[in-house]
Amino acid sequence: MIPVECYFALSALLFFIGVFGFVTRRNLIAMLISVELVLNAVDINFAAVNKLLYPQGMEGMFMTLFVIGVAAAESAVAIAIIINVYRKFRSDSVDSITNLKN
Amino acid sequence: MGSIFVFIILAAVILIAGLLCVTTKRIMRAATYMLFVLFGVAGIYFLLGYTFLGAAQIAVYAGGVTMIYVFAIQLVSKQTLQGLVERIKCSRLISGGLAAFAGLAVVGFVIYKTVLTLNVPEAAPAIEEVSMDKIGEALVGSEKYQYVLPFEFISLFLLACIIGGLVVSRKEED
Repeated sequence: MIPVECYFALSALLFFIGVFGFVTRRNLIAMLISVELVLNAVDINFAAVNKLLYPQGMEGMFMTLFVIGVAAAESAVAIAIIINVYRKFRSDSVDSITNLKN
Repeated sequence: MGSIFVFIILAAVILIAGLLCVTTKRIMRAATYMLFVLFGVAGIYFLLGYTFLGAAQIAVYAGGVTMIYVFAIQLVSKQTLQGLVERIKCSRLISGGLAAFAGLAVVGFVIYKTVLTLNVPEAAPAIEEVSMDKIGEALVGSEKYQYVLPFEFISLFLLACIIGGLVVSRKEED
């Protein structure tokens, strides 16, 4: 039986690895990958709290399931936007994108 | 007792792959390391007894989202496919590290202070997998603690995202 603190520690570390990547990287796709790490850290927390503290309910599990669905849709739209931005600016760095409409 | 070793191995895989994912300079490698993180998280779900969740994680994230990223990397960086190297400024590295470390310190302090007040169930329940019947009934039932409304909402949301993705990424004919 693994104590719930271990899951909390793992999730906190993964979350801030994602935050670190989001702050330091300047490539759009790399920033999106960091956001995925953050989402996965939150999912671990939902599942662990559900199973270890409230084992009679299923709320955390369904929350995780819906987060997975929303994350897939979000990354598809973000990739569409990134490809469009690349067509327009010929670059995939956030620093080169300074105006939405030119 | 065996599960603690599995947890340690999974945690090590997740954290090392995550660190390499945000520090590597090549985007393709970052996507590959993200795949390892996703598999590790799926392993955590299996360890917790959520086999359906682990299967969904592998099918949707590792199978779908990673493929989208690989396609995007190939489409975006055609010219510099092999050597897409990103320069990271040292000052940004330090400031990002400080921000992440400060956040981690705050969260760690909060966890340390509150984890003793949690009411963990005394009789530690044996981790057993949630049966597919219960998941299916809860997913499409409309009573209390059942989730037909978010289920329908997410189907509508996925439809909106398909249309939005097509509209955003189509070529303008002119």
